[in-house]
Amino acid sequence: MILVIAEHNNEYLKSFTLNAIQASSQIESEIDVLVVGNKSDNVAKELSGVPLVKKVLHINSETYDKQLAEDVAPLITNIAEKYDYIIAPATACGKNLMPRVAAMLDVSQISDIIKIEAPDIFVRPIYAGNALATVKSLDSKKIITVRPTSFDPAPSSGGSAPIEEIQSSESAKLSNFIKKEESKSDRPELGTARVVVSGGRGLQSSENFKLITDLADKLNAAVGASRAAVDAGYVGNDFQVGQTGKVVVPELYIAVGISGAIQHLAGMKESKIIVAINKDEEAPIFNVADYGLKADLFEVIPKLTEELSKLNIIKK
Amino acid sequence: MKILVAVKRVVDYNVQVRVKPDGTGVETENVKMSMNPPDENAVEEALRIKESGKATEIIAVSIGESKCQETIRTALAMGADRGLHIEVEGIIEPLAVAKILKKIVEKENPGLVLLGKQAIDDDCNQTGQMLSAMLAWSQGAFVSKIEFSGENIQVTREVDEGLEILDLKLPSIVTCDLRLNEPRYASLPNIMKAKKKPLDSLSLKDLNVDITPRIQQIKVEEPPKRQKGIMVSSVEELLQKLKNEAKVI
Repeated sequence: MILVIAEHNNEYLKSFTLNAIQASSQIESEIDVLVVGNKSDNVAKELSGVPLVKKVLHINSETYDKQLAEDVAPLITNIAEKYDYIIAPATACGKNLMPRVAAMLDVSQISDIIKIEAPDIFVRPIYAGNALATVKSLDSKKIITVRPTSFDPAPSSGGSAPIEEIQSSESAKLSNFIKKEESKSDRPELGTARVVVSGGRGLQSSENFKLITDLADKLNAAVGASRAAVDAGYVGNDFQVGQTGKVVVPELYIAVGISGAIQHLAGMKESKIIVAINKDEEAPIFNVADYGLKADLFEVIPKLTEELSKLNIIKK
Repeated sequence: MKILVAVKRVVDYNVQVRVKPDGTGVETENVKMSMNPPDENAVEEALRIKESGKATEIIAVSIGESKCQETIRTALAMGADRGLHIEVEGIIEPLAVAKILKKIVEKENPGLVLLGKQAIDDDCNQTGQMLSAMLAWSQGAFVSKIEFSGENIQVTREVDEGLEILDLKLPSIVTCDLRLNEPRYASLPNIMKAKKKPLDSLSLKDLNVDITPRIQQIKVEEPPKRQKGIMVSSVEELLQKLKNEAKVI
């Protein structure tokens, strides 16, 4: 049996949970999902409608309002006994929580899998995706995080899995939530957008980054950035695409003023079509680009945005 | 308060790694090796905490083959006070590393353990969280800011939606993001001084930890190569290609 840990914000399910469910279904069909939260009934209901889910386990308690790893991990280990697999998406949330669960169960976690070869054999990228390791888990219980963009999302409606409420435990009282600073945006989410427009150090300032957001808006695209651009303060950390940022696999990825360090390529080189715009023709980004344009971004990006307005052909 | 900093010796981040033809791993012979980049941030942060008067001693620990001592010397040259090397041959999984670190923590009693959030070789992102679980300590993962407030620390975590700020009870485990600080370079005099700083070596037997592998590596291969595309000469040509050839707009 598989237990998938749902990622959510108490109001709605984070869609990458569906990718983790889909990946799980390649291993076996007995899939339960755990929702740990506070006033998170909607999330449990959403999951109950996922046809691949057999049962939704739901814990509603103030203790789990912010889902602190120190509190959530013991809860999972309490119910872990009957499960052969515990699986979560390899997001910041899953990466924070799952090793804690694995250590408590004395299991060697398999991180960030991109392919399931057999019920105990998985493929995962190493060295920023410059090599792929095929590994076999020898532990009887398996703790896995799944790279969500490597698996399709499971269908989300038509099911009617029962919801079982389970008891909460005491807080470990080791940490306290102070606040979250979220960037609000009407644009598509970076992780799931059909088109991503990313800017790098070539933008030179946070003011100039508007060229990227204007272009993105014309394409109904999400906005991304290289680490250099985030480090320089042009945009927040949640925009970062790369080895330690987000991994994106859009249909169209447009890299503007990004040289293409190995660490950045790790986060975007699986994109279907890659466009690179850079004034340095030696930039390594051109080696992975389907279409390269050697040009000054300050000249061509406004022009590109303007031409797109004229075309008015954006697929939603 | 003592601070323990865990540092890993990895292939330098600028090296283009090559998969061995026999599929057993990547080439590490005659390849430049360095300290794992976010571990440098961990060392730097420990130094800043000590310089602010909140820590008394910084111990740099590394686990692996004998050459890991070079990585420890780098930490000592940056300013750590003493080093600890646990000699282990071959691949060692994060679970085993965490078990070894737990033994060291029990011996040294640090108030804070700092680690890089992820090693750039195996990209596992596990060790800090595992160590925290084993010690039943608080955990701050992917941290870009640490502030002391009384008996606790406040950490800013980099999460998918932005930033999350947590208050952590000490002792604590913090895994460091590259944005936590700008690591200093070791000056030549400090590199010389580091050679005289104490560096103890322990064997696994001394620690009585079972590191039997739980994961068997079947093969390592190159990812499918992406075909290099074409250069276009104008915005018009680019749009035409995207529309008619790639059909993505």
